[in-house]
Amino acid sequence: MTGISRRAALRALSFGVTSTLALTAGMALAEGDTVKIGYAVARTGPSATGAGITTIPNYELWVDSVNKAGGLTLPDGSKKMIEVVEYDNRSANQDLVRAIERLASQDKVDLILPPWGTGANLAIAPLMAKFGYPQLAVTAVTDKAPEFAARWDRSFWMLGGGHDYAKGLVDVLAAARDAGTINGKVAVVSVADGFGIDLINGARPAFEEAGFELVYDKTYPLGTSDFAALMSEAQGSGADSFVAFSYPPGSFGMTKTAQSMGYNPKVFYISVGGAFPIYPGVADGKAEGVMAIGGVNADSPAIQDYFARHTEFTGKAPDSWASAITYASLEMLEQAVERVGLDHAALAAELSGGTFETVIGEVKLEDNQLRDLWWVGQWQGGAFRAVNPGDKDGASAPVIPKPEW
Amino acid sequence: MIRILLPLIGLALLTVLPNYISDYGLGLLIGAATYVTLASAWALFSGQTHYISLATVAFYGTGAYTVAVLNEALPYPAVLACAALIGGAMALVVGLSTLRLQGVYFVIFSFGLAELTRQLITWYEVNVTGTLGRYIFLDITTRQIYWQMLALGAATLALTAWINRSRLGLALRVIGDDETVAAHSGINLARTKLIAFVLSAMILTLAGAITSPRYVYVEPAIVFNPTVSFLTVIMALLGGANRLWGPALGAVPLFLAFEYLSSNFPDTYPIFLGLLFIGVVFLVPNGLLAKLETLTARKAPQTKEART
Repeated sequence: MTGISRRAALRALSFGVTSTLALTAGMALAEGDTVKIGYAVARTGPSATGAGITTIPNYELWVDSVNKAGGLTLPDGSKKMIEVVEYDNRSANQDLVRAIERLASQDKVDLILPPWGTGANLAIAPLMAKFGYPQLAVTAVTDKAPEFAARWDRSFWMLGGGHDYAKGLVDVLAAARDAGTINGKVAVVSVADGFGIDLINGARPAFEEAGFELVYDKTYPLGTSDFAALMSEAQGSGADSFVAFSYPPGSFGMTKTAQSMGYNPKVFYISVGGAFPIYPGVADGKAEGVMAIGGVNADSPAIQDYFARHTEFTGKAPDSWASAITYASLEMLEQAVERVGLDHAALAAELSGGTFETVIGEVKLEDNQLRDLWWVGQWQGGAFRAVNPGDKDGASAPVIPKPEW
Repeated sequence: MIRILLPLIGLALLTVLPNYISDYGLGLLIGAATYVTLASAWALFSGQTHYISLATVAFYGTGAYTVAVLNEALPYPAVLACAALIGGAMALVVGLSTLRLQGVYFVIFSFGLAELTRQLITWYEVNVTGTLGRYIFLDITTRQIYWQMLALGAATLALTAWINRSRLGLALRVIGDDETVAAHSGINLARTKLIAFVLSAMILTLAGAITSPRYVYVEPAIVFNPTVSFLTVIMALLGGANRLWGPALGAVPLFLAFEYLSSNFPDTYPIFLGLLFIGVVFLVPNGLLAKLETLTARKAPQTKEART
């Protein structure tokens, strides 16, 4: 009787096991005296870089610090350890949406932390509203934040919109022009992607209003790796200021290109990536004077302590834009839980109306948005310091012109 | 009779299933139904003709984009109709110019089509409309999405069953076996291939349109995700691309396996994925259904012997 060969049987068996495991995978672990916190972040795919720099290390650092201190404090003074449920969203919204449904209806987690990226945060917003979870969307830059906060009243938008960053930059440049340090001409390049388009759309009218002349204004496709033509045209345009609304690969590529062709504009501004801890290395140690999006109050002891703890825990420094804000959003959550417990409605109300002590200082949201942000930063003396808004406590004065490469 | 009755009973059960499961269960059902539809629609053209197409996501993404552009201007059924028409028109234009390509040339072209569509939309949005990223705010519940997808999947299977019995199906099979012979037997190659390609593309586009309200935010980089094309192909191949139920049979277990792997081994999941692909190609090159048939065929003569 050799009806079914051993090989075939083995094959069938492994197949059956896989399917069964898949079906039973969702079974919850034993209910303990813990607070379950779930998140579905990009471990693989295009969003994995951003999530790996800004989001995941901060989640892990925060959970580690809270648990080392005995857990989350509840209003009655008792403490509960945090138990993490984590899924990979594979950078795909269909997987992300399913993972959130899983966290909410299968794992029944107490809190859900948001994924990385504007699109991802928007994709889960209706679900979070449906299940009633508060959503602290940090890594989402969108000009429609007020609209979204009104549509989903338990969503919080903490990184501003493209117009804010564009306007901050124009302010810095206008001050330098009025002081006679730079001329009134600007060369702008922007990446043809949601983020770059948002910023350039905000920047064009803002530059015009401030009396600047956009002598060069080009977009380039996402994934461009050769910037020589773009940069030499910008160099020949006669502008003192070079502005790039770019993503990390572009920001790095343009820095290297500018260095190798000896392009020394008085203002060199790049966007995402400029505030990364690896940037000085990319710039061959000559990052001094480079401006970029974001910034932190580098003199604040809370920030210095946060940088030190982050470096110790993950082995690398955080980026100087969204990392600190991500961590601050977790501290807000921690303090809100301590004040009102885990009830979602009460938590959302507390997050919306309360005042919190965080690494970025005292935080109070306005209409569910964090507006007290840094728009422009600059590398000065080895640290990425915030320079705009200039009247905000902790702002450094911008150094213009930038020293030559 | 039973061959029609059983699927109908199954369909009825699947229709009422959302009443008894959690939201996550429903999410799984939508995912499974989507991939069954995609794999079956893909096999409708590629399974019979052996033209391996990696253009699935070009149509799927176009469907999502159509909804994003039109959802505020037109009523929902009209949006779906537009999506199907746009997908069909796109397939017609593309098919007319490229179905002459064969083998690896067609594979490469179809892969490029997704990228081409993505770049064209990006270029248009950047230079003409000046926005990138659109929002879909439609009042459609998760259940309604599931039922629509289920209906589309059932329609795809019914269409495939009908085509398999028709002259068109016969012509497609002949083309798949040998194109020269097909031409000499008087089959109009271009027309036959084009009909199947357009039908398949319309279903793929509709599938993209139906799922899109779940994601709210649409951006070319998000909706033209090439993984969708690869998964569709490997699912159809696992089950058996030239059979009616093959793609469905491959899609469900693979979809569940991916879900299990990505939630339990988030760091190492791509390695499992790669191994699974290799496994499918080496162990079941003709699909599970064909494998099952060889197994039962091997068994049958023995029982006969035992009786004598």
